[in-house]
Amino acid sequence: MRLVFFVPAMLLILLFVAYPVIATVGVSFFSSNGQFAGLTNYGEVLGSPDTVNLNGFPKPPPLGTLIHNAIWIGIHLPLSLFLGLWLALVLRDVKGASWVKTAIFIGMVTPLIIGGILMLYLYDGSIGIVPKFFDSIGIKGLAVGWMQRPTTLLVGLILGSVWLWTGFSLIVYSAGLTTIPKDYWEAAQVDGTSTFRMFTRVTFPLLKPMTIVVITMTLLWELKIFDLVFGATNPQGGVGGAADVLALQMYRYAFVQLPANVGAAAAVATFLSILTMVATVVTIRYMVKR
Amino acid sequence: MKVRVRRIVIHVFAWALAVGWLFPFVGLVMAAFRPLPEIIGGWWNFDHFTPTVAKFGAALAAIGTGIGNSFLIAIPGTLIPMFVATLAGYGFARFSFPLRDYLFLTVVMLMTIPQQMVAIPIFRIMLGLGLANTVLSLVILHSAWGLPWIILFMRNFISALPKEVEEAARVDGASDLKVFFKIVLPMALPALGAVAVLQFMWVWNDFFFALLLCPADISCMPATVALIRTIGRFEFDPGLLAAGSVLVMLVPVVLYTVLQRYYIRGMIGWTIKG
Repeated sequence: MRLVFFVPAMLLILLFVAYPVIATVGVSFFSSNGQFAGLTNYGEVLGSPDTVNLNGFPKPPPLGTLIHNAIWIGIHLPLSLFLGLWLALVLRDVKGASWVKTAIFIGMVTPLIIGGILMLYLYDGSIGIVPKFFDSIGIKGLAVGWMQRPTTLLVGLILGSVWLWTGFSLIVYSAGLTTIPKDYWEAAQVDGTSTFRMFTRVTFPLLKPMTIVVITMTLLWELKIFDLVFGATNPQGGVGGAADVLALQMYRYAFVQLPANVGAAAAVATFLSILTMVATVVTIRYMVKR
Repeated sequence: MKVRVRRIVIHVFAWALAVGWLFPFVGLVMAAFRPLPEIIGGWWNFDHFTPTVAKFGAALAAIGTGIGNSFLIAIPGTLIPMFVATLAGYGFARFSFPLRDYLFLTVVMLMTIPQQMVAIPIFRIMLGLGLANTVLSLVILHSAWGLPWIILFMRNFISALPKEVEEAARVDGASDLKVFFKIVLPMALPALGAVAVLQFMWVWNDFFFALLLCPADISCMPATVALIRTIGRFEFDPGLLAAGSVLVMLVPVVLYTVLQRYYIRGMIGWTIKG
């Protein structure tokens, strides 16, 4: 009788989540003409300049989807994490802080496809505020349309995604800070501890569970990024594929390019899933160990 | 004195930051309301200021059906998984059976999977069921896709509820289902509010699944896809695209500002306790 509680959920999950996951792994082992291909698709994908393109490095993008996702993580993770943490700390003493948080958090509820479209207005050479700003402070190299040049395209989208996502770490850290009793800081203050030491010795260690949550969710977000790039560029990932990412590469292989290369697309998807699982398993294990 | 100056500086900074953070949105709204020649050189230039809603009318004509479809997808796409997942969440919280924890862990792991990982088989399944290019295909897919996180959320919430009332009802001869509907469901309402807000927004904001299952047919595409497909490129008409974007993001932003408490509670409860 108690099965009644599980049957609808398990049926839906099996049919439309679990089975498709397994089927995708299956597809990744076959070539387009239905022949079993072993790991050929993986070899093809990982050896393709679409994925890793470092010949003649250092050079401007495109550097390949895997490298772009890695750059995304390298810039976006520390910036959004520390910006959110710092804002959470500063906003504790501000009247009307909830309004400031609301303003910053709107980026989180905006459809990411519109987040991408917003980049077009933000970075446009004639109506965008970013190029105009650099024009006004005399940096002419950045006073042009950012979306039309490979390097500024990739970096611009990453910075734009920091703007959209910082609300997350701000909200999580703000919630975390309310769980720390005020005595901790007061005790440290009486001892004459400097603000910086207080942060590194007291606040940051106490916020460790929040830091783990923020890192995990942010990593997942960066690895899965798709809508933002699609909205700001095209299925090719912008000029020369300078902003191409793994999720977009998968979509293009399976649903845009002719003839479709379903096996390679499935291999990209599986590879991406392995990356997201590694990202979560590492943090979950870290959480358990603590 | 020093403390006072510090306080003022922090306040000015925080408020300026909030306003500055909204600048990209202001730019979009300006592009939607003002003729293009006026904002060439910057929307902050108000020498000529002749706002008009003409672009909104045109945008609504282009994506009105899409906005309707978004509601048709997001409302059942929220209610169905909420109900189904609460049943299962209750089961995971209260019943014990062999391999329960492994099953639960598997369901939770599915949460991390990217949408691309199911795209090819889902496309084939929906084609096989004759559901390609229908609103129904997206309702089904979102109902299934939302389950793992809602099961996790509801299981955690229900685990924290006191068992005594349920046990008393069982002693009086109430069946499992009766206990669930009469006792657990009413107690779970606050959590369900948070789930509803989050799930609705995720379905509304979804772009990839909609692009997968309804890439070109206006009768089924939700607003996010209609924006790209029927209005199209920025270079074509920035004002029209801006107006359409404002319309599409209006729903989640208004929902968030009105139901902020639920939203934040859901977000925090889900990520931190999860």
